[in-house]
Amino acid sequence: MSDDGAVGEERPVLSVRNLVKHFPITEGVLRREVGRVRAVDGISFDVYPGETLGLVGESGCGKSTAALSLLRLEEPTDGEVSYRGESVTDYDSGELKAFRREAQMIFQDPTSSFDPRMPVGQSVAEPLLVHGMADRRRRRGIVENLLERVGLSASDYDRYPHEFSGGQKQRIAIARALVVNPDLVVADEPVSALDVSVQAEILGLLEDVQDEFGLSILFISHDMAVVREVCDRVAVMYLGEIVETGPTVDIFEEPQHPYTRALLASVPSIDPRRRGEGVELSGDVPSPSNPPAGCRFHTRCPEIIQPEGYDFDQQNWRAVMDLRVRLEQGTLDLDAAREFAVAEGEATDPEAVTREELARAVRDEFSIPPELTDHRAERVLQDALSSLVDGEADAARDLLADEFETICEREHPDLRDTEAGHPAACHLHREAVEADAVRSQTPED
Amino acid sequence: MSGNDSATPDAARDATSDATLDATDREGRNPLLSVRDLRVRFRTEEGVVRAVDGVSFDVYPGETVCLVGESGSGKTVTGEAITRLVKSPPGEIEGEVVFDGQNLSDLSEKQLRKIRGGRIGHIFQNPQNALNPVYTVGWQVAEAVRLHTDASRKEARERAIDLLDQVGIPEAAARYGDYPHEFSGGQKQRVVVAQALAANPDLLIADEPTTALDVTIQAQILRLLADLREEFGMAVLLVTHDLSVVAEVADRVVVVYAGKVMESGDVYNIFEDPAHPYTRALLDCLPGRGGETRGIPGRLPDPTNPPDGCRFHPRCPHALPECREGAQPPLYEVADDHEVSCVYYDGSHDPTAITGEASSRPSFPDGGGGGGVSDRANVRPDDSREDEDDE
Repeated sequence: MSDDGAVGEERPVLSVRNLVKHFPITEGVLRREVGRVRAVDGISFDVYPGETLGLVGESGCGKSTAALSLLRLEEPTDGEVSYRGESVTDYDSGELKAFRREAQMIFQDPTSSFDPRMPVGQSVAEPLLVHGMADRRRRRGIVENLLERVGLSASDYDRYPHEFSGGQKQRIAIARALVVNPDLVVADEPVSALDVSVQAEILGLLEDVQDEFGLSILFISHDMAVVREVCDRVAVMYLGEIVETGPTVDIFEEPQHPYTRALLASVPSIDPRRRGEGVELSGDVPSPSNPPAGCRFHTRCPEIIQPEGYDFDQQNWRAVMDLRVRLEQGTLDLDAAREFAVAEGEATDPEAVTREELARAVRDEFSIPPELTDHRAERVLQDALSSLVDGEADAARDLLADEFETICEREHPDLRDTEAGHPAACHLHREAVEADAVRSQTPED
Repeated sequence: MSGNDSATPDAARDATSDATLDATDREGRNPLLSVRDLRVRFRTEEGVVRAVDGVSFDVYPGETVCLVGESGSGKTVTGEAITRLVKSPPGEIEGEVVFDGQNLSDLSEKQLRKIRGGRIGHIFQNPQNALNPVYTVGWQVAEAVRLHTDASRKEARERAIDLLDQVGIPEAAARYGDYPHEFSGGQKQRVVVAQALAANPDLLIADEPTTALDVTIQAQILRLLADLREEFGMAVLLVTHDLSVVAEVADRVVVVYAGKVMESGDVYNIFEDPAHPYTRALLDCLPGRGGETRGIPGRLPDPTNPPDGCRFHPRCPHALPECREGAQPPLYEVADDHEVSCVYYDGSHDPTAITGEASSRPSFPDGGGGGGVSDRANVRPDDSREDEDDE
C-alpha cells in the first residue's frame, strides 16, 4: 500500500511501546492486592501524521482502557507513550495540560458526554477556557464558526443538548474536540450508538475534518465494517494484546490471525443470498483477571492446533478442547449434567442417571460426537469421561491435559511477520515458517 | 394527474389492502398476523404526534418479516402497538390487528395479557433492562413458564433449564441460580430469548435484539433466532434500523419512514431491486458497500406536522412537484410480492430515473462482509495520497 512507504519516512505523532494497564483487585481493610485485571497487557503501535489507525476488538478486550491510559486519563501501569518524540509518561501536570490540548477524545455516547444544563456552545467553548482563552467574545466567535463547519448553525450555540438528535450531538462532540486545534484525536466507538444512516454522516464528517485539520486519528471500534470504511491501518486486539496489525486492505484481504478471521466472518453480509457463511465465534471474551495461558485466544480459537500424534476432525477437536477448558476452570458441574439429562428426558430422576447416560450428557453438552474417528483419541476421551463420572474430575483433567496438549496453550505466540507481509501473533505462522524453511532446504524438483 | 391526487391514493390503498386481505397467498395459507391501516397517535404539548400513520403488512406462519427504518420512523411503536403495549392514554391506537383470525383490537386487557408472552413473545433492545436484577435468571424464565402454562414448580424449573440450554447458555442447570449481573450482555439477551420462548409462541416480536451487542455476539444471536425459527416453526417480526441484520435473517421486508410504509417485498427484491429512493438511500449508507456514503441529507420530518405528499420528498433527490402535495402515494405493485409507495411507479412516470443510476452503484461486490474488501477500501487510501500530492 502506498501509505506504507510514506509512513516509513515520517516520524510517528504518537508512539506506544509495551503499554500496560492493570487494575488491582483488593480485599479487606488493608486493601491487600489479591489479583489483577490485566486490561491492557503490553501493546505497541504508532500513529503517523494524517493517518487513521483502527483499534478493533470485542467488548472487554481492553481497547478503551488503552485509549484512556495513553492519554493518561488513567495512569498506565507500565510502558512508554511518546508524543512527537517526548515521553508522555514523564510529563508533569503542566506539560500534561499542554499535551491534552494536542490530543483530544471523542466518546461513544453523545448523550452522556454533555452537561444537560449547559448550552452546547458553552460546552464546546469550555476547552478554550481551560486552556486560557479569557475573551468571551472571541470564544463565542470560534465556537460559532466551528459549529458551522461541522454542519450545524451558529445559532445552535445557545441551545441545550436535549434539543439535538444523537447524530447532531456527535457533531457537537466533534466540534468540542476540534476547538483547541488538536493534532491527534482518539475516537472511542464514535458511531456505535448511532443509526446506520447517521453513522455514515458522522464518518464522512470525521474524514472531512481530518483532511481540513490534518488530524491523526486513533479510531476505536468493534465494527469491522466501519473500520474498513475509515481506517488506513488496523490493529486487532484480544484480551489486552495486539494479535495482528497491518494496512486495512491487507487485514481484510489476507487476515492472518484466526481471531481476525472470526471477527471478519461475524460481520453480517449485506447480500441476502450469502447469509450464514463463515465461522462463528463461540462464547464470550474470558476474564482479563485470569487470562488463559499460552495464546490467549486458544480457549475460543476455531483453528486451534491439534495435539501431536492425534488426528481429529477440527470441529470435534474444538469440542474436546471446550471440555478441557471447562475442566481447567473447574466449573463443570456433574449434578447439573444429571439434571440436564433429566430435562432431556433420558431419565426421570437425577439420582437414577447411569454412568453411561451421564457420560453421554457430558458429550452432548459439548457437542462431542458419540465416537471420535481417531480410535486412540476416542480411548483417551473414554478413559477421561469415566474418571469424570466417577467424580475424579482432576484425574480426567490431567489425563486430557497430558494426552491432548497443544502448543497453543503451552507457549505464548509473539507478533511475527507472516507471508502476507504484516505481523500476527499465532503459532500457525510459526509452523508455516518452519515448513517453508524445510521446503527451501529440499530442492523442489 | 396531480389534480386527482387526493382521490386516487385512498382508492388505490383500499384496492391493495383488499387484494392482500382476500389473498390466502403464499402456499395457500392465511397470514398469522395481519396489520391493516394501523395508526398510533400521541397527544403531547407540542401537538399530536402521528408515530404510526396507516401501516399495513402481513406475517405468515414461520416467516421472518423485518420492519426497517431510522430512529423515529415509528417502527418500534408499530411493534408495540400490535399487542397494545403502547399505553393509552397517552397513545391512541386505531386500525385492525388480526392474529390467527382473532382481532386483537377487540380483546380486553386481561385477554391480551394472555397473548403477550403466550402466543406472541416480545424481545426488547436492551437485555440489561429486560431482566430483574434481584431475581435469579432461572427463576425469571420459570416464572414466564408458569404464567402461561399450568406447569408445577418442578416442571417449570425443568422446562426453564431446557429453554436456557436451547438458547445456548452453557451448563444451563448450573447457571439457573445465577443473577443477571453474572451474565455477559450476549448471554443476557439469550436469557431474554429463553423467556420469550417459554410458552412456545407462534410469533416473536424482536425489537432491535442485537443493537446493544458486539458484532460477534450479534452474529450468535441472529444464528440463534434462525435456528429457533426452524426448530419451532415460529414466525418472527424483527424491528431494526440495520439493513445488514435484515440481509442476514429476513424473508420479507417492510421499510417504514415517518410512520408510513415506503416499500415492502421479498428480501431479494428489496436488496437487489430496491425501488423506493428511501430504501436506496438506506442501502447506500451501509459501510463497506463501496458507495460514496454520506448519510441521507436532511432529517426526519417533524412528527407533529409531517409534510404533505410523500413523507420522504424533502430529502428525496428525485422529488417531483406532485410529490409535494396530496397524501402519501399508494403502494404500487412493481413485481410479484414487491410494492412501493412512490409516484414514479404509477405507470405514467419512468422509474429508471430512480433505478437507472443503479449501474453506477456496485451491487454487492463481494457481499460486503466476510473476507472480501470493497472497492472503496481499495481505492480510498490511494485517492487521499493523490490529493496530498496535488497540494
